[in-house]
Amino acid sequence: MQMLQNSVGRKLVMAVTGLFLFLFVVVHLLGNSSVFMGADGINSYAEHLHALGPVVWIFRLVLLGLFALHIFFGIQLTLENRAAREIEYNEKKNLRTSFGARTMIYTGLIILAFLLYHLLHFTMHVTNPEISVGALAPDALGRADVFTMMVLSFQKFFISLVYVGAMVTLLLHLSHGVQSLFQTLGWLGANSLPVMEKVGRAAAVVIFAGFISIPVSILLGLINV
Amino acid sequence: MNLTLYVWRQNGPEDKGKLEQYEAKNVSPDSSFLEMLDEVNEELIEKGTDPIEFDNDCREGICGTCGCVVNGQPHGPQEQTTACQLHMRQFSDGDTLTLEPWRASAFPIIKDLAVDRSAMDNIIESGGYTSAYTGEVGEANQTLISKPDADYAMDAAECIGCGACVAACPNGSAMLFTSAKVAQLATLPQGKIEAAERVNGMTEAMLNAGFGNCSNHYECEASCPKGVSVKFIAKLNREYLKALPK
Repeated sequence: MQMLQNSVGRKLVMAVTGLFLFLFVVVHLLGNSSVFMGADGINSYAEHLHALGPVVWIFRLVLLGLFALHIFFGIQLTLENRAAREIEYNEKKNLRTSFGARTMIYTGLIILAFLLYHLLHFTMHVTNPEISVGALAPDALGRADVFTMMVLSFQKFFISLVYVGAMVTLLLHLSHGVQSLFQTLGWLGANSLPVMEKVGRAAAVVIFAGFISIPVSILLGLINV
Repeated sequence: MNLTLYVWRQNGPEDKGKLEQYEAKNVSPDSSFLEMLDEVNEELIEKGTDPIEFDNDCREGICGTCGCVVNGQPHGPQEQTTACQLHMRQFSDGDTLTLEPWRASAFPIIKDLAVDRSAMDNIIESGGYTSAYTGEVGEANQTLISKPDADYAMDAAECIGCGACVAACPNGSAMLFTSAKVAQLATLPQGKIEAAERVNGMTEAMLNAGFGNCSNHYECEASCPKGVSVKFIAKLNREYLKALPK
């Protein structure tokens, strides 16, 4: 428990939870991209997921734990960091840091807000119940029609805009977070650090492009019911 | 050359402090930054005004005593250079310079540009040493150290403890300073014995002194007058992981 009071210990918690959350994002993207295979792709993916039953709930609880730790320590460390400079400079020039690095707390909180909306939208069907799987007829094979729900949702410009906007904040968050977690875990040296900075940014761009490709394709009519 | 200075003037730790304007006239481009301040101070003393207080000692770039934030950069605009080794030829006639002290809650201001850096001494006292029984002088090469390890430790030992890393860090963290000492000693056989206690003690002292936490902005490395690398921060993180089960 000493670790949860230590400066480096808590950073390690941030890094490990960040790593697993990043892996979740990758898996989530791979799963969602089954929408490009049409109704058959994503509906069967969703059915297989739900067939896992209690495993899904274990997965959700672990994910909740990861988010809780990442958010709690993220806020705590940020507050301490602010207190460490009570009086700001009149003039301060930053040479190395990035916009993404300086806005981690804000992008993090925006992602949290988006996450809550995302759950209300696609998991709990609260925000748009009329086009949720509960209201839609099952597909030809009698499965919940996740595909139609996604298409009808993202055909609404405002919903797509919210999702794309949220992915911009995820892009910024990951552009710093990926390389930062490797440094915190002590896996980087003088030569690998600049490489990992580029790899981290590239990974962030790939994740961003992957996720927005879904609402963009639907808005452009490339994916249709 | 003539320059306009905006200097942070603060009478003591409790004083509010503010930027005040001064003119530095007929500055030689060959004079050092501190010599320029000396000349401004001479003029202030002649006028009967309190001179600008600033820390300095060796003026050779090796002691780590001097330093203030010049136009938003610790030790000024020249890379890997302490304020005393910064020469006025780095600036142009008519330039405006803003001089501020290291800003960190762990560094209370003593007066003007001079800050109290005892917090860094506290970190060193919490493990930045090796406990060795002194006795007879040993044989040369009695303790073998590989060349790469010796070089690595020497690079870390380049830290002069000036505090520019803290001043530059958006989080006011002393990670680069702390990690340089942890990495230097953990690489050498004499320091390996106390490696676990050292990393735990020093990181704890860092937080207790009111320094922030590292979030890998790497501003410290960019402003370090000795170019101490953030690879030592990764090394500190590894040392901390190794010490966890102990």
